[in-house]
Amino acid sequence: MPNASTASAENEPARHAKGGALVRLVGIGVVLLVVTGAFLYLGGWFTPHALTPARFVDAFERVDGIHSGFRRNHAKGVGVSGFFESNGRGTRLSKAVVFKAGRVPIIGRFSFGGGEPNVADAPDLVRGLGVLFRLPDGEEWRTAMVNLPVFPFKTPQAFFDNLVASQPDPQTHKPDPEKMHAFLASHPGTVQAMKIIKSHSVSSGFDNSAYYGLSAFWFVDASGISIPVRWSMAPVQPFVPADTEAAQGDKSYLFDALIASIVQHPLQWHLMITVGQPGDVTDDASIPWPDGREQVDVGTLTLDHVESEETSPARDINFDPLVLPAGMAPSDDPLLSARSAVYSQSFTRRAGEMKEPSAITPSEVRK
Amino acid sequence: MNTRTTAQRRQFSALMRFFHWLTAAMVLTMLGIGVAMVASLADYHRLVSLHRPLGILILIVVVIRYVNRRFSTLPPFPATMSSRERFAASASELLMYTLLFVQPFVGWGMLSAARYPIVLYGSLHLFPILPHGAMLYAVLRKTHTVIAYLLFLTFLAHFGAVLFHTLIVRDGLFDRMAPWRVRASN
Repeated sequence: MPNASTASAENEPARHAKGGALVRLVGIGVVLLVVTGAFLYLGGWFTPHALTPARFVDAFERVDGIHSGFRRNHAKGVGVSGFFESNGRGTRLSKAVVFKAGRVPIIGRFSFGGGEPNVADAPDLVRGLGVLFRLPDGEEWRTAMVNLPVFPFKTPQAFFDNLVASQPDPQTHKPDPEKMHAFLASHPGTVQAMKIIKSHSVSSGFDNSAYYGLSAFWFVDASGISIPVRWSMAPVQPFVPADTEAAQGDKSYLFDALIASIVQHPLQWHLMITVGQPGDVTDDASIPWPDGREQVDVGTLTLDHVESEETSPARDINFDPLVLPAGMAPSDDPLLSARSAVYSQSFTRRAGEMKEPSAITPSEVRK
Repeated sequence: MNTRTTAQRRQFSALMRFFHWLTAAMVLTMLGIGVAMVASLADYHRLVSLHRPLGILILIVVVIRYVNRRFSTLPPFPATMSSRERFAASASELLMYTLLFVQPFVGWGMLSAARYPIVLYGSLHLFPILPHGAMLYAVLRKTHTVIAYLLFLTFLAHFGAVLFHTLIVRDGLFDRMAPWRVRASN
């Protein structure tokens, strides 16, 4: 009797199980598909038009072409080295080791904006200075600065849209003025920033340019208090206005002048920290802080050696603006994370390519 | 019959189950962070800052877990598993251990070759394990992606196989690694 009841009880679910197994098998398939879908979704596979680091660098490559082994932006450059001598005055602003009185070695790179590694030198091209501070114990501070007092674009998207609008027309080989006009019409912030940039007179060379970190950052002091700051490098070399006449002739005359002056005597800049006040914008590098903000001279950058990218360690260094030592932190400026991501993408692409000779060759530096 | 011992041995030890689920949570989080960060502008920095220390944490856990496994008694495979299935299960387990062990070193080595400081938190950072070399970085960077996709595929196979055994074959395979204590029913 117990046997009979067990048998019938076992037969019932067995029959159900046949149909149920198929349903469960399909269910397993669905679960695996959903997991795979979630993975691909996170990787941006379902948003093919979202701006990603890869699409950003693709845009640089469309505008300037692919130049094997070169940075996708700020392609033309030279390596420099020297040291930073801190005067100790920065320690009240940030606990970062770099501000303790003393000397740390630096590696740097001067460059022109744009992805064309053989661009002809011109005073109105954006000048870049990347600096890597080698702190004791392997910590590092990297900053990539330009000679513009403000950045023309508030967001990565605006930068990207401008880049796309500036893409040369295949027929005329020049950007379409209509597209540039449309971009400016929809980006009043860029128009404002350009006014500020144009009101600054451009210096004659790399050596007497000021370089600006543009974005705001947070400095954290030893007691954990954070303050918003911006920084810049103020040249010790006296200002001489740019001479547009000199643009004739040598394609690399501004780099040649930099090499000649650094060989003659070390070049120096004061690292100036601008201390922000509560309410100062930290998420918009296209807006300057009000005049009269406290400026602290925290030390002197000395560059006493210049070399071609072909021999300089600077070539294979990514001057990622978010390589920061303890005591510095990124602000909410959306450009910072985007720059870090896009620089990394550019670095990864060029790292795996054959290196073509730099415009400034080792023999050019020895001249 | 020696039912007591078999009943006791049906599950992995509590410590082994803890490590299993800890690894699962960390590795799935890591795969999500990894695939999201390379496609993101706004969250790139935040995600990379999590990615590095989590990677090192996974390496530490995988090493401890492997040592613990070597010194533990494992429950037998269910009788429903054919010898081929047993081989596949053991091989995929070995593959997963290998990938999980190698992947953090590839990441660490790739950052070393790129000459990035390998920051974990604040001023805490790791020493470089490889010399500065752009091409070396490029190769390791690609390897890191390939291993990540392999890890995801191995996870899918593992997850699918456990679901199949548990829901279709209904041999209680999942109970061996269930996060809770499963008492032997027979």
